[in-house]
Amino acid sequence: MSIEDDFSALVAAVAGARAAGERFTVAFAAEDTDFVRFNRGRVRQSGSVVQRTLTLRLIHGARHATHTLSLTGDVARDVATVRTAMADLRAVLPDLAEDALLLLPDGVRSSREVRDGAVPAAEDAVDAILAAADGLDLVGFYAAGPVWRGFANSEGQHNAYTATTFNLQWSLYHGADKAVRSAYAGFHWDAAQLGARMQQARERLALVARAPRTLAPGRYRAYLAPGALEELTALLCWDAFSGRALQTHQSALDRLQEGAAFDPRVTFVEDTQGGVAPAFQNDGFVRPPRVPLVEHGRLAGSLVSPRTAREFGLVANGANDAESPESLVLEGGDLPAADALTALDTGLAIGNLWYLNYSDRPAGRITGMTRFATFWVEHGRVVAPVNVLRFDDTLYRMLGSNLEALTRETELMLESSTYGARALGSVRLPGMLVKELAFTL
Amino acid sequence: MPLDAPLPDVDLRADYWSLRFVEEQASQYAVRHNVPLPLAVTTDRGVMASVHADGGYGYAATGDTSAQGVRAALQRAAARARVTAHTGLIDSRRLPRPAARGEYASPALAVAGPTPREWYDLLAAECAAATRDPRIVDSEAGVEVRTATHRLVTSTGGDVVQRYRFLLPRLTVTAHAGGVTQSRSLDGFRGICQQGGAEILARFGFVGAGTRIAAEAIELLTAPECPRGSMDVLLMPDQMILQIHESIGHPLELDRILGDERNFAGTSFVTLDMFGSYRYGSPLLDVSFDPTRGEELATYAFDDEGTPAEKAYLIRDGILVRPLGGATSQMRARLPGVAASRADSWNRPPIDRMANLNLEPKDASLADLVAGIDRGVLMETNRSWSIDDSRNKFQFGCERARVIEHGVIRHVVKNPNYRGVSASFWRSLARVGDATTVQVLGTPHCGKGEPSQIIRVGHASPACVFAGVDVFGGES
Repeated sequence: MSIEDDFSALVAAVAGARAAGERFTVAFAAEDTDFVRFNRGRVRQSGSVVQRTLTLRLIHGARHATHTLSLTGDVARDVATVRTAMADLRAVLPDLAEDALLLLPDGVRSSREVRDGAVPAAEDAVDAILAAADGLDLVGFYAAGPVWRGFANSEGQHNAYTATTFNLQWSLYHGADKAVRSAYAGFHWDAAQLGARMQQARERLALVARAPRTLAPGRYRAYLAPGALEELTALLCWDAFSGRALQTHQSALDRLQEGAAFDPRVTFVEDTQGGVAPAFQNDGFVRPPRVPLVEHGRLAGSLVSPRTAREFGLVANGANDAESPESLVLEGGDLPAADALTALDTGLAIGNLWYLNYSDRPAGRITGMTRFATFWVEHGRVVAPVNVLRFDDTLYRMLGSNLEALTRETELMLESSTYGARALGSVRLPGMLVKELAFTL
Repeated sequence: MPLDAPLPDVDLRADYWSLRFVEEQASQYAVRHNVPLPLAVTTDRGVMASVHADGGYGYAATGDTSAQGVRAALQRAAARARVTAHTGLIDSRRLPRPAARGEYASPALAVAGPTPREWYDLLAAECAAATRDPRIVDSEAGVEVRTATHRLVTSTGGDVVQRYRFLLPRLTVTAHAGGVTQSRSLDGFRGICQQGGAEILARFGFVGAGTRIAAEAIELLTAPECPRGSMDVLLMPDQMILQIHESIGHPLELDRILGDERNFAGTSFVTLDMFGSYRYGSPLLDVSFDPTRGEELATYAFDDEGTPAEKAYLIRDGILVRPLGGATSQMRARLPGVAASRADSWNRPPIDRMANLNLEPKDASLADLVAGIDRGVLMETNRSWSIDDSRNKFQFGCERARVIEHGVIRHVVKNPNYRGVSASFWRSLARVGDATTVQVLGTPHCGKGEPSQIIRVGHASPACVFAGVDVFGGES
């Protein structure tokens, strides 16, 4: 039996154990993953993880509760476990209050999506990676294999999603904190592409090896590569686009709904149709292909979970409880990426940022560090790597009054997070040129 | 599942193997803005097999803890060890092969806790108390009750069983008026987290706190911005734990120093040659790895490699003494360490982590600390944290501050932030509070590792004064 068949069998078991008046939802997540960790151009840790989890929600009237369970992969044993969990939920429901904010989808929207991929055996990937990085101080991480998501409910909806992906994130170190960071991620592994990316990283490593420059705090003209913007948008994904955070004035974009605006070239979209994440969420709501969030600098929408929809009279649009983007896009501008350093002329070329957080969230003020390959550029040419700097500036200046250009080309980056499980999110971002960015330490 | 049962027979050609079983069950109760959230229960169960074979090391994790599943995982781990042996960073034949036997149990493990209805009633009361003013636009009272059983069995005869119960209450409010938004929480987002049961609530004054923190959030709406400039800072324990965590804990992790984390969590400004001689802080700075406080979040008897956990000083009289490194890292670095090799669950391998990392109290009361400040601010409750990948240049923010002038606490100010450099900041430690100022806090959300892991960490700290800190406020 396939994992999809196993999921169907579990759903059938839940349906068969349902008592009169009960409804249910079932969310399923699974992965078979090879993990390899590298340090000093060698394998530090290598292993595999097989995991399946199922979240059962039992609903009776407006009372409901969930139980998330690890599964063994043996359907007979897992059916027994799920039936026990169902009985436990049934026993506790009478003690719970009715949920005034319960919202379930109208109608049945079943789907099946398979994103095929081809990933090598872990040992073959290791050999290819280490051969490409021969002689280099490579530190990094490889994760690969199939990932499954599923949803079903008592109304007969059934959604299934499978993707087979790989994600290699690595850094080549010159010394101390001076390094070039790179990534190679996708669905079909190609050793030639890996080799090309490693060669690019080798060439940039030569720039990192130059004598570093220490800049005094101050305001500097800056170009933020897509890898740097990825850190910025990761912070925004925390809460900025959340319908609930906006309604309760806790979003970093709160001032956008009170009249402030970004530059008209700034457009953010939750672009499910162009991303990697499943087109359904854990309550069974189907995601629209695109949800405009900021259009031409103005707040255009938000990510609304079913609960928030009920609480504030909004329309649910496929967001999970966290109301975080999973397929965020910042639309590109008109600056050819190849001309970015020329347009920068003199200033900082920032390859990566690190550890961003809010220094004044309602004001959209953010602090963070430069990391990895950040260079001082003069007359469009790289002069020297720069020792790490702390910036502290507002979104309204970075994406507003100080925004000079966005690159025409955008880069799709697959989320590499592996907290608990492999994430399926992605972002597509341009590079960004700003007239000045405030550095404080 | 063999958490408390005999293991199946294992027939494996290997130098060493271990099986680490984990079963955790959590119940989440919460009331958000006077609406109970549905009960959410989680049961996580699985096993990680680790094998040393032919000089290689491999792991395999599975949710199938049957005899068949365990044997299959061991075979997969052994196969992985063999195929990567020739590319390994570490020759596994040099690694320790622990044979620890023992048990551990959290305090009051057998004492029953409140029923779901009792939890919801308690949380609803605090939430209601926090939302009486219409300027309170959001509020949440919640608690996570988590039980866990971890068992480590080794091919050398080791067998360790550790049973835990954790309680993680939280209480937060957000006020908004006149275009200003301010939030307050009870000792930070999940700063209250200990081993034990419902008795933990009383230690932190949870009941009745809703009214207080709501009033404080409303007060912040009209408070002036935190002053800017170089001044003394009195950090309360619910900010000290963040300061300790980010600028002592992480830089002392031995796997960082050895470079394992350079692609993700970062490196460290600390180097191997500093141990034994480097002045990390003023002579008032004593920092311990302390698994002896039963209520603290990361107290245990053995780490996940089977090393017995004992109290040890990492920094003594301001001098760096030893790193946060488990047995594997100690072998690599040829340095003594502590029992700090930990995994967050069955599906992630052990790496060097903080556990309970505490700053030892001295002799100053809170009144003494305040009285000694001519111009400064008292900051409490972390809300923002950022530090460079070498764990040196930092900027932290707090929910609330109060100005201190000529030894007297004056008015409340909002948006307090401060920045500094770890390597010099701890040398500006001017006074350390006594035991009456200590709080035993922690975080359940310490992130690190590839694959990534979120682990429970305890921090106990007194209030402390730092001299000449760069302080500033918010955007307005």
